[in-house]
Amino acid sequence: MSVRIGVVVFPGSNCEHDVVEAFAAVHGDPVEAELLWHGDSVLRGCDAVVIPGGFAHGDYLRPGAIARFSPIMGAIASFAAAGGPVLGICNGFQVLTEAGLLPGALRANEGMRFICQPAELEVISIASALTSRATVGQRLRIPVNHYEGNFTCDRETLLALEERDQIVLRYTDNPNGSVAAIAGVCNENGNVVGLMPHPERASNELLGSSDGLVLFGSLSAAAASASPAGEGGTSYLPRPRRTPAFSSTAAGTPTARQVE
Amino acid sequence: MVGRQLRFEAHVEVRSLDGIADPAGLTIERALPALGFEGVEQVRVGKVITFSVEAPDEEAAQATVAALCDRLLANPVIEQAEFRLRAQTAAGA
Repeated sequence: MSVRIGVVVFPGSNCEHDVVEAFAAVHGDPVEAELLWHGDSVLRGCDAVVIPGGFAHGDYLRPGAIARFSPIMGAIASFAAAGGPVLGICNGFQVLTEAGLLPGALRANEGMRFICQPAELEVISIASALTSRATVGQRLRIPVNHYEGNFTCDRETLLALEERDQIVLRYTDNPNGSVAAIAGVCNENGNVVGLMPHPERASNELLGSSDGLVLFGSLSAAAASASPAGEGGTSYLPRPRRTPAFSSTAAGTPTARQVE
Repeated sequence: MVGRQLRFEAHVEVRSLDGIADPAGLTIERALPALGFEGVEQVRVGKVITFSVEAPDEEAAQATVAALCDRLLANPVIEQAEFRLRAQTAAGA
């Protein structure tokens, strides 16, 4: 029985077909990737969910701010809470931070320029659904393509991320000014992961790199072990879950105050 | 709805939290000396969102707008919001 990956399409998503193609290039486990619509509230039995890049709902207000309220997000939150593997790529990463499923936020790049170029990444943690098949310190060449890719969080959150091994990938040259050169993070369980670079654009040597395949292979393995039919066989180990940083921050300090 | 509803104009300003780098503000600040403006510091860029809101009284309108800021208009990880309310005169009367 093959593993099924659901790739969520919002109005304005534009990398969903590339992601489906990339899973077809993963060798080993049989993987079927299919598209899910943001307006549906079910995941149709998928073993892992990917939110692809693009401009969900036009990025109005902030990237991911409106997408967070799409009907499918409730199903994704429940799936993630149950330990299901969830990956957000680029705009998908922004959606997951806005939804409170990942800590931090993505802001405009330092220097206010749209960046579209290859980036060199270093694998920092392999205790995530995205990196279980990689090795710590491995260098990956994967393109970035974003304006709001500047990962930001407060100091306490950064210390917590470092302490709990939630920093998954760092840039070696930090092209966008991210805090601690962070390119990708995971939640405390390691089952929800977001990254700004586009591994689907590094899924074939014809594209200049196939370094992204190890990441999709890891996610497929996590999907196989998370599914009831799967027998595991990966080094990915779920960790205990705590409240995501976004929610605790929101609860602790009111965002808005009235003036005069 | 039973009871009279009032309408308020809301003016919301969203900007970066203090202590969080503001790339747009920094870029503007760096450009100013080239144009001959000296001594300008701490440039912050935000956004203004306006709308009108119906509520039985000003207190209820405040609660609605504050909740709206917290849940959607500002991301509390990086932003803060301030708002002003003004009762609309004769609107919908």
